[in-house]
Amino acid sequence: MKIVIINYGAGNIQSIKFAIKRLGFDAILTDNEEEIRSADKVIFPGVGEASSAMEMLKATGLDKVIPTLKQPVLGICLGMQLMCKYCEEGNTEGLNIFDVDVIKFDGTEKVPQIGWNQIENLKSNLFKGIKEKEYMYLVHSFYVPLNEESIATTNYGIKYASALKEKNFYGVQFHPEKSSKAGAQILQNFLEL
Amino acid sequence: MLTKRIIPCLDIKDGRTVKGVNFVDLRDAGDPVELAEIYANEGADELVFLDITATEQKRRTLAELVMHVAEKVNIPFTVGGGISSVEDVDLLLNSGADKVSINSSAVKNPQLINDLAAKFGSQCVVVAIDAKKINGEWMVHLVGGKVPTDIKLFEWAKEVEERGAGEILFTSMNHDGTKNGFANEALAYLSELVNIPIIASGGAGNMQHFADTFIEGKADAALAASVFHFKEIEIVDLKKELKKKNIPVRL
Repeated sequence: MKIVIINYGAGNIQSIKFAIKRLGFDAILTDNEEEIRSADKVIFPGVGEASSAMEMLKATGLDKVIPTLKQPVLGICLGMQLMCKYCEEGNTEGLNIFDVDVIKFDGTEKVPQIGWNQIENLKSNLFKGIKEKEYMYLVHSFYVPLNEESIATTNYGIKYASALKEKNFYGVQFHPEKSSKAGAQILQNFLEL
Repeated sequence: MLTKRIIPCLDIKDGRTVKGVNFVDLRDAGDPVELAEIYANEGADELVFLDITATEQKRRTLAELVMHVAEKVNIPFTVGGGISSVEDVDLLLNSGADKVSINSSAVKNPQLINDLAAKFGSQCVVVAIDAKKINGEWMVHLVGGKVPTDIKLFEWAKEVEERGAGEILFTSMNHDGTKNGFANEALAYLSELVNIPIIASGGAGNMQHFADTFIEGKADAALAASVFHFKEIEIVDLKKELKKKNIPVRL
């Protein structure tokens, strides 16, 4: 199986690479279009600020490539947010794969949300073997409101979408690569899709 | 529901853990990676590595250690100790650290907080503050609490939040090492003052101290070293105890 992690300069890519390695696979870090198109599975990471991450993505031309991919694609954290229509952070136009806007927490609870919170209303093979209300590690200030593409929800002051699916595209707000055994199971599930 | 976090802290020198640790099941008592794996398996929510190396090889050995930890450990971890530039942070994050903690360098150059938040995002910038209560006033101290400043804790905390810190790690020098509990009054005030998570540090001696700092101190996370290293408290027992008291924890 050929697994590619899209490398566009944004994010903690080592952690994802190591998490895949712990599952017994080697992932390739690349920004090369042909490499990405020929992969069986594509992981789209992202940590940091939305507008600068989007700029880096545009600089590589990958903003045009990602929405046309046919194999399973998993966006993680900011990666997922950039797959949405629009991010309030930095007034950023997204890739418009998920038909929803990303907005900021209103400050009722502390911002950023940092730590382990529960995922529930699980609706996808991505969560095979994962129990309702399993804990995942999250670090974010912006969130995706509940919408038709939600496949998991989380409560933080409000209930929001912590995972999304549209056709072959999956997005998770949490960090499976940092979420202990349950997180590893979700990555394993993605590789088996 | 977001849970309260339990964070063991490992002191590192030249790539090895310092201070004694009392783990009979450790093959190599000085190997931080092995200790980190054990804590992760026992239910620690995060780890902090505090590097006290003072040699010129520091940057390289620390980055190597971070890489080894990231390879083995499946929970988030923070690295701190002598980090003073955007380049330092870039190297550590690229090696696999999730967050960095800055302390004296932020006091000497507060703009560093803004620069790190802009380049890497607030979520990976932890500002550690060591403070001591002197004549009724909490004052910031540097160099592991040894050097006093004329900066007031609460003013500094507000400033670091405004500059883009994602979390504050507050250590009370009055409580650190006493095992008499955390500085809950100051912590509670801090937690109301700023709207970013607060990690309590200094004073953990028993399980009740953790419950107190989460309830009275309103802390979002609690950090400790020796009570975990010497097995005075097992993380899984601690979490069960906290759960009994209706404190949300990941079990």
